[in-house]
Amino acid sequence: MNWIEIVSIFAAAMAVSFGAIGPALGEGRAVASAMDAIARQPEAAGTISRTLFVGLAMIETMAIYCLVIALLLLFANPFAR
Amino acid sequence: MIESPLVLKTLFTVGPVPVTEPVVVTWGLMAVLTVGGSLAARSLALSPSRYQAALELIVGAIADQIEGTMRVPPKPYVPMIGTLFLFILAANWASLVPGVEPPTAHIETDAALGLIVFCSIIYFGISTRGIGGYLRTFAEPSVVMIPLNLVETFTRTFSLIVRLFGNVMSGVFIIGIVLSLAGLFVPIPLMALELLIGAIQAYIFTVLAMVFIGSAVGRQRAAERNEGEKS
Repeated sequence: MNWIEIVSIFAAAMAVSFGAIGPALGEGRAVASAMDAIARQPEAAGTISRTLFVGLAMIETMAIYCLVIALLLLFANPFAR
Repeated sequence: MIESPLVLKTLFTVGPVPVTEPVVVTWGLMAVLTVGGSLAARSLALSPSRYQAALELIVGAIADQIEGTMRVPPKPYVPMIGTLFLFILAANWASLVPGVEPPTAHIETDAALGLIVFCSIIYFGISTRGIGGYLRTFAEPSVVMIPLNLVETFTRTFSLIVRLFGNVMSGVFIIGIVLSLAGLFVPIPLMALELLIGAIQAYIFTVLAMVFIGSAVGRQRAAERNEGEKS
């Protein structure tokens, strides 16, 4: 195992671990404010939760981008031969 | 699917052309959707049967979504957007059939879908505003924004592709890993979550396509054109 492979595996782990922090904080805030909104206005729960799901999927995409980068590093690394 | 998600399995070759698994699944889905749609549209009646009522509900819901998102009359956009949504939904839920992998879990299918959206943005933009009018939208709000708007045209399509690919592929990948680690029935909750994610991603893909087309068309001009067609 040469240096490029070692660094690639390490970088893939770093990408997923640090890339998950931001979306996790963002999703937490989104769910918290959605809960707040539902508590204030229970009759709007349907609209709020539908918008929440779409928003969560959009936020989660950022973490998915990191996962794609990690998988590229592991499986389709252009530098490792 | 524990091997690389970027490598395609070749099932058979037609002459010099290798035919891969997602292609076969895609053609199967297209056949099911087309045959189902044409069979359903053959016997349309004024007082709808139960089946026709369900179809009218779907088409009506798609038209309502388009009108709510784009704020234009939805008629010209329903066929494209509706087909896109139904196809992506069917593709994401193709894993319900045992042994079939969603074709959207491979980046080639998503790239083709993204290319369709990219071309339709240009098509609808030019057909409502004219070539000059469409090119002028790149200089909005000021001339300084031209390079940024040009780059954005490509990057937003690219992020559309990677979003769908990443979400579906990660689901398939995680189920594969859990299945190889744990027993037979353990991945079932993850599969249910994957169905939910597939539906949400199909919705997001089509909503973003609507938003991009809507920004190329412009609310005011589309309304004017529609008035012109009526009179």
